[in-house]
Amino acid sequence: MSQTHGLVPAASTAPATRPGSAERELLQSVVETARAIFGAAASSVLLHDEAAGELVFQAVSGEGEEFLVGSRFPAGRGLAGWVLVSGEPMVADDLREQGMFAKDVAEDTGYVPDALMAAPLAHHDRVLGVLEVLDPAEQSRSSLSELDLLALFARQAAAALAVVTERREEPAPAAVRARSLELVSALRDVLEGAPPRG
Amino acid sequence: MTAGTAGGLTWSLRDRTPDELTLTADTVPEVPADPWAWSDGTGVRVCVVDTGVESGHPVVGPLQGSYEVTADADGAPHVVDSGPLPDGEGDGCGHGTACAGIVRRVAPGCSLYSVRVLGEGFTGTGDALLTGLRWAVDQGFDVVNLSLSTTRPKFLESLRALADQAFFTGTTLVASAHNTPVESFPWRFSSVVSVGTHREDDPGLFLYNPAPPVEFFAPGQNVRVAWTGGKTIRTTGNSFATPFIAGMCARLLGSHPKLTPFQIKHALYLSAANVTIGDPGTRGES
Repeated sequence: MSQTHGLVPAASTAPATRPGSAERELLQSVVETARAIFGAAASSVLLHDEAAGELVFQAVSGEGEEFLVGSRFPAGRGLAGWVLVSGEPMVADDLREQGMFAKDVAEDTGYVPDALMAAPLAHHDRVLGVLEVLDPAEQSRSSLSELDLLALFARQAAAALAVVTERREEPAPAAVRARSLELVSALRDVLEGAPPRG
Repeated sequence: MTAGTAGGLTWSLRDRTPDELTLTADTVPEVPADPWAWSDGTGVRVCVVDTGVESGHPVVGPLQGSYEVTADADGAPHVVDSGPLPDGEGDGCGHGTACAGIVRRVAPGCSLYSVRVLGEGFTGTGDALLTGLRWAVDQGFDVVNLSLSTTRPKFLESLRALADQAFFTGTTLVASAHNTPVESFPWRFSSVVSVGTHREDDPGLFLYNPAPPVEFFAPGQNVRVAWTGGKTIRTTGNSFATPFIAGMCARLLGSHPKLTPFQIKHALYLSAANVTIGDPGTRGES
């Protein structure tokens, strides 16, 4: 989650980051699993809307799940922005003590995290978005091994997301059959209308 | 500043005599070296190539210059002098401010500069990184801190050439290893000083890695760093070990200003807590 969210409503969600049902199910599973692994208060997936230059909450488990999905904020800002632009995982602690998040996120969500872990959803050399874990259990904080684990899980999630998205973009078998029939029919029409060979 | 390639490329010594190549050098510190007895970095110019640095942050102190990569009318990236930016605009992420604060802690007397290559406007394309880094090397900064890398192979050769240019012209490029086991650059190059983090609590401990490409390990786990809004956070990552070594380079150059990048690496190697000088052994022995 970013320090400077500037959240806006879901109505402006761009098609590029509007997931189908399979993606929604996958992303929800990712955040619920991440939350369980790290004993966290919340977890969220933010996808990068490149055209708008924004990060969009696509799935949330725990604090904020009722209203955060669809919210967006400028990419390249805050902790999530750093993870997006650098492709590196990040962990931050003592946020509440420092008054971080208080101004924007707290007003938007009513929840002020004290600690945050975030890892890029990286597939090949692209970063599709960011997986965040808010207020993980104490033993998960500021540790290299926990950051490694989150980064590994995020990479697996990104690979799954890429597969699901690619399949969604492929024509459905029924559509392919229908298009084939159309082509066969058109070919038959052409052949039937063509002058006899001889 | 060291002898560089200012006179053009040299393929062999044909038109000059050895007398014309005379130069005065500094020796590396005596062994065993105490890095904390080196200077405080006064007179050394350190540039942080990152997300920008928050001007006036109490942990960072004064900045001698703030620059950023921006796109011209054709979309091509170039570097401009941004000057001190208002609160909240100097560093949108906080990462560059964190790195600058660590350099300042280790080498409080150094002159700090910032060039922003990531953040709003440039979200990790690599072009901005290359542009900003090239600019920093061309400026002849003594030390460049790069707690960034790119995984995109298309930048590999350009970055390698730039790292070589830095090495030969006396700019010590200190580069952070990626935090996950992926191929990225330029930290993999032998011409840079590459850094990862260790897990020890000692805030002054740095180690040499006998099995590079990561050559040095420095404090980067659970460290308190400067962040945006004049605040600090605790965080973990190779990014924060790297400016520790960059600061060490500044301390070293402050007391031994003629050192070349290869001498600096040598001095760091000899100063690392895990390296001791013993009787001559057999090559290949550890």
